[in-house]
Amino acid sequence: MKIRILPERNELDLPGRQRVADALRQLDMLPGTVMVIRNDELLTDDAWVEENDTIEIRRVMSGG
Amino acid sequence: MKCKRCRAKAEIKLRQHNAAFCRTCFVFFVQRQVERTIRQERMIANSEPVLVAVSGGKDSLALWEILHALGFTTTGLHLALGIGEYSAESTRKTKAFAAQHELPLITADLGEVAEPVPTLARFTNRPPCAACGLAKRHFMDRIANERGFPVLATGHNLDDEAARLLGNVMRWQGDYLAKQSPVLEPNHERFARKVRPLYRLSEYEMAAYAFFRGIDYILDECPNSVGASQLVYKDALNRIESEMPGAKMSFVREFFRSAQPAFAAAERPPDHECDQCGMPCFGSTCAFCRLRREVDAKRPSPPSPPTPH
Repeated sequence: MKIRILPERNELDLPGRQRVADALRQLDMLPGTVMVIRNDELLTDDAWVEENDTIEIRRVMSGG
Repeated sequence: MKCKRCRAKAEIKLRQHNAAFCRTCFVFFVQRQVERTIRQERMIANSEPVLVAVSGGKDSLALWEILHALGFTTTGLHLALGIGEYSAESTRKTKAFAAQHELPLITADLGEVAEPVPTLARFTNRPPCAACGLAKRHFMDRIANERGFPVLATGHNLDDEAARLLGNVMRWQGDYLAKQSPVLEPNHERFARKVRPLYRLSEYEMAAYAFFRGIDYILDECPNSVGASQLVYKDALNRIESEMPGAKMSFVREFFRSAQPAFAAAERPPDHECDQCGMPCFGSTCAFCRLRREVDAKRPSPPSPPTPH
């Protein structure tokens, strides 16, 4: 799967079909700190992401 | 995963509420949460016009949209901070939102009414976030007073409140703890009531709300926030929350219920009016006008014109 991370605009690939929770674990991201979006749909952490999917991971933390 | 209300496919899971919602029901849930918070905390009377501080970020734009949807009479207040392209983009997003929703917006350019944040920070050796916070509080108070708004609403969410509380507790800053409240009643006739209607909603919930409602907010972080202590506190709290869902809410709620009143009881109201801007303060000059005076004193004078021979 192709992943685009915002706001950094980083792009990376993860192999195979995976649940959102597993993909986030590999990226060392906590659920609830990012939105995982596929085709204008927000995904819950039990949703499956297919190998050919492209998803956007948008960080929600802001402040300073 | 199914929506708790309508059994449709869920798009968002809220572990702290042990619930999941579809898009439509989640929007209803958030709006109802804000409405309840405003009513239970007596934040805004139905007839009161509200000045909404809007930065161009997800929380403040979503707050403005929700207050408008709930039927309140709102005006946005945006301060252009002068932090390069980040501020320019924030101002563009805010103006576009106001135009799209046909809502009135007051914009004040800090570089025109005072000094931009980088200048305030550079000539006073303060961290940019400290200078920025001081400038924002000053102009929000001042503009609310000048325009006659009885209520000033800001988009602080649960994560903001929890991080601020953790920071204040880490240093046991009693004066800051006294002022940390979802409703700050004015202690001087020139101050508006300050309210934080989003304080029960997490950063994730507000980001999801903005996404579902198609709110075009600034995604980039302020360049000055890199390494900011608030982000360290937020990160620590997120790790606790992931192991103990609901921990942030109980941390903040129990502080407001049981501890904050004790700190607030020791507070005294401002006893002077600033000799520069007239706003209430302690001592003869308010903190922001002292900051500006410091800038003027430390900024190199422009070179004098050459003397004719």
